[in-house]
Amino acid sequence: MSARRANPHFRAELKKEGKKMNQIRRFANQKHTAGYVFTLPFIIGFFMFMVVPMGMSLYYSFCDYDILSPPVFSGLDNFRHMLTDDTFFQTLKVTFFFAFVSVPLKLLFALLVALLLLKNTRLSGFYRAAYYLPSIIGGSVAVSVLWKRMFSSDGVINSLLQMVGINCTVSWLGNTETAIWVLILLVVWQFGSSMLIFLSALKQVPASLYEAAKVDGAGPIYRFFKITLPLLTPTIFFNLVMQMISGFLAFTQCYIITEGRPLNSTLLYTVYMYQQSFEFYNTGYGAALAWVMLAIIGLITLVLFATKKFWVYEGGF
Amino acid sequence: MRSKRLVFNIVYNLCVFAIGIAMIYPLLWMLASSFKESNTIFNTASSLIPKQATLENYINGWKGFGKVSFTTFFRNSLFISVTATFGTVMASSLVAYGFARFQFKGKKLLFTAMLLSMMLPAQVLMIPQYLWYQKLGWVGSYLPLIVPYFFAIQGFFVYLMSNFISGIPYELDEAAKIDGCSYFSLYRYIIFPLIKPALVTACIFSFIWRWDDFLSSLLYVSKTAMYPVSLALKLFCDPGAASDYGAMFAMATLSVLPVLVIFLIFQKHLVEGISTSGLKG
Repeated sequence: MSARRANPHFRAELKKEGKKMNQIRRFANQKHTAGYVFTLPFIIGFFMFMVVPMGMSLYYSFCDYDILSPPVFSGLDNFRHMLTDDTFFQTLKVTFFFAFVSVPLKLLFALLVALLLLKNTRLSGFYRAAYYLPSIIGGSVAVSVLWKRMFSSDGVINSLLQMVGINCTVSWLGNTETAIWVLILLVVWQFGSSMLIFLSALKQVPASLYEAAKVDGAGPIYRFFKITLPLLTPTIFFNLVMQMISGFLAFTQCYIITEGRPLNSTLLYTVYMYQQSFEFYNTGYGAALAWVMLAIIGLITLVLFATKKFWVYEGGF
Repeated sequence: MRSKRLVFNIVYNLCVFAIGIAMIYPLLWMLASSFKESNTIFNTASSLIPKQATLENYINGWKGFGKVSFTTFFRNSLFISVTATFGTVMASSLVAYGFARFQFKGKKLLFTAMLLSMMLPAQVLMIPQYLWYQKLGWVGSYLPLIVPYFFAIQGFFVYLMSNFISGIPYELDEAAKIDGCSYFSLYRYIIFPLIKPALVTACIFSFIWRWDDFLSSLLYVSKTAMYPVSLALKLFCDPGAASDYGAMFAMATLSVLPVLVIFLIFQKHLVEGISTSGLKG
């Protein structure tokens, strides 16, 4: 190495290279360019992995396209097809029901349990862990597989019911009435992360408010509805928006547990989208479905924000 | 008064404890079933203690499918999760530094783009991204599961870290600058070590998300030998497979083990991450 370094020719080259590097370095180190340099990964990533694919799919949603042969422009055909596609309306119905039942239930549980856990005892840490654990692993395939087996006709749910004297042999997943509830229960079971958010919000409510109310003779229930709940509304709102969005996008659970069966009674929108694009190779139609989904989610978020001024308290403490 | 309080305490603890057990009961059941003899799982479904504990399920399950054992599946999962996590944490911290410390034209626009990308769900992007990766020739490899993360596309982490960096006193930067530090070494030697708590939080969440990720491997990985654990578990459910439920429970148990261990070790970080920034668990 040192021999190479001693070689004057090599040194000159090194110097030249160094000069060039220095120029680049100096350029990157100027205050107004450094910002771009550091955020460059995101700029590239945003275009490469978001903007370009979105643009492509916008085009494909107006095309007849099956991945294998090149896309053929077909105007609004895909969107027109939706209006006559019964399965599309079925999935919309299922998805809305799923999201609008599971999310409020989940938040209700999260809030109730957060109130329970507000009391500090020696076991608080353990309780918090036990309640939170399901939401950290709930999205995994392992849990979906487990869930599927739990609710089979000879699964643990029926066995437990038989143990307490209810002779139940229902196939929970084979029944159009009950199958969707199995999926809803799986979502509600994962209330842990919402609960933690509620818990930290509850801890921030100043104790002086409660003391003042107590002096004025307000009972615990009155205090809850007049102090706790209003101060929690911003947190509830945040949770509601986030969970609603992810409720509309649930995929793994449905794909593994029911695949939409029986009779499409649990066919969630994303699963239908997946089937259309990758199983039936109606990729153009799938792209159109994705855009409609995005529009629906955007609309629901907007509506939620529009209702904000009626029930969310933003006055501070 | 005192005895009343004691009764209340006992009732309270009993209630909360009972709900807690109910919450983790499914997981306990999975664990118990994995040690039962495969043909007795559903006859004895209501009991948590196997009559005759056996490790057979673990041995059978580990053999995997075809000629591919779970050693391969776990190695694949580990490889994907670790590289993607490394990429996303490094890139996010760089970008977060850029956002938190510099003023430049278009910064507002860029920041909005980042927030938007946070909102854009993977499920909506799944078809367009698939087509794009197909054009790039990436389908069938791990590239779609790893490369994007090296470009800080997870806005959550950028947001988390740039908030953290904003909390670091700017005087530190100025002092280092006077000492002749370049912006990169400033990031490398001052900012990066100081945001360790945020880095740890991001690492934990990213690892768990990547480990549990199912959709993108379902889309892009086709060869069984390249399957991560999540896809391999799905094979137990396929109608064609001879259903060895014992083996399925055994492998499902093993697959949640890494996440469980992380959860137990880093519980505090996870709880903080969720309650301060609303990261989803």
